[in-house]
Amino acid sequence: MVKFNLPDNSKLTKGDYFKSDIGSKNIKKFQIYRWSPEDERNPRMDTYEVDMNSCGPMVLDAVMKIKNEIDSSLTFRRSCREGICGSCAMNIDGTNTLACTKAINDVKGDIKIYPLPHMPVIKDLITNLKSLYTQLKSIKPWLHSKKTQATDVENIQSKEERSKLDGLYECILCACCSTSCPSYWWNSDKYLGPAVLLQSYRWLQDSRDEERKERLKELDDTFKVYRCHTIMNCTQACPKGLNPAEAIAGIKRMISQQS
Amino acid sequence: MENPLSPHLQIYRLQITSVMSILHRVSGVVTSLGSIILVTWLLALGLGEEALNFINSIFFSFLGRAVLIGFTLAVCFNVLNDIRHLFWDYGYGFSLNAVKISGWLIIISSISLTVLIWLFAYEVI
Repeated sequence: MVKFNLPDNSKLTKGDYFKSDIGSKNIKKFQIYRWSPEDERNPRMDTYEVDMNSCGPMVLDAVMKIKNEIDSSLTFRRSCREGICGSCAMNIDGTNTLACTKAINDVKGDIKIYPLPHMPVIKDLITNLKSLYTQLKSIKPWLHSKKTQATDVENIQSKEERSKLDGLYECILCACCSTSCPSYWWNSDKYLGPAVLLQSYRWLQDSRDEERKERLKELDDTFKVYRCHTIMNCTQACPKGLNPAEAIAGIKRMISQQS
Repeated sequence: MENPLSPHLQIYRLQITSVMSILHRVSGVVTSLGSIILVTWLLALGLGEEALNFINSIFFSFLGRAVLIGFTLAVCFNVLNDIRHLFWDYGYGFSLNAVKISGWLIIISSISLTVLIWLFAYEVI
């Protein structure tokens, strides 16, 4: 359902201010969304002054510096710090991206950081992605074969067939795209969203897959695919430079060409 | 305590992508409502000179013209952006550059088209 306002328990309040006592002249302010179930109060925006002379270049460097040196209670996901695991996806300076590949210098003024939009917050910058994973599972993201017995022959793809997966297989499932999509915000219970649909298209495009028909039939209802109105926020957000909107349009074409 | 919902519309940066989409929705609604204006005028035309003069006096008032210009702009924008959607349906114009260029092109051309239509209209009047 479309609900533009945040529920009462989710409305933001003013938070604490952590002043830097280093006396550095190269200070950047980070405003970060904070909420903990133990607080028993609404989410707030805490502000941290970070000395840029002793900080790495990426937003993730600053967030880790805050956790290590200023406020150890700050909670977020991170792992690879090089844009391949997709853990540190968050809303930075108004758009979804990976904190580890977003340069601090690309943002003018204070840097505002929120969790991925329109998701249940578990703590601070950590959102609950369970519904998205359930949707991913629903499209059966693996190779379907009708062969029941193992064969000695390789399942060969031509170079052309393989190249159809370029721009699809690189997805790291960070959820930046799905949570940037207004259509997904309002209909995340029924619309699959860009991340899951790009995965779906990846298997629809695989020459080795033997259940294309069944997959397309499964997708063909008013909500799963067709809530995509080609807003293109997904493509704009993707930190890997992929194009989920184009993939969804591909699915729509496949469905229409089949029937 | 229940988990809060993370902020969305309140904090997401407006971009050419989402702005074009919401303008398409708005111009679609305005176009539908505007068709009532068109039907009213046709109705007046059928009812005779007196009714037509009365409707025209409303349409030619300052407010009337402002509404009609807004209606024209909405129709132009909606039709042009529909053409953009047709290209997308065929799989063209999905690169971010193409999306930005086509977006601005439609904003500029729908405004110019409206200006041209009204220059023509004033010429006729």
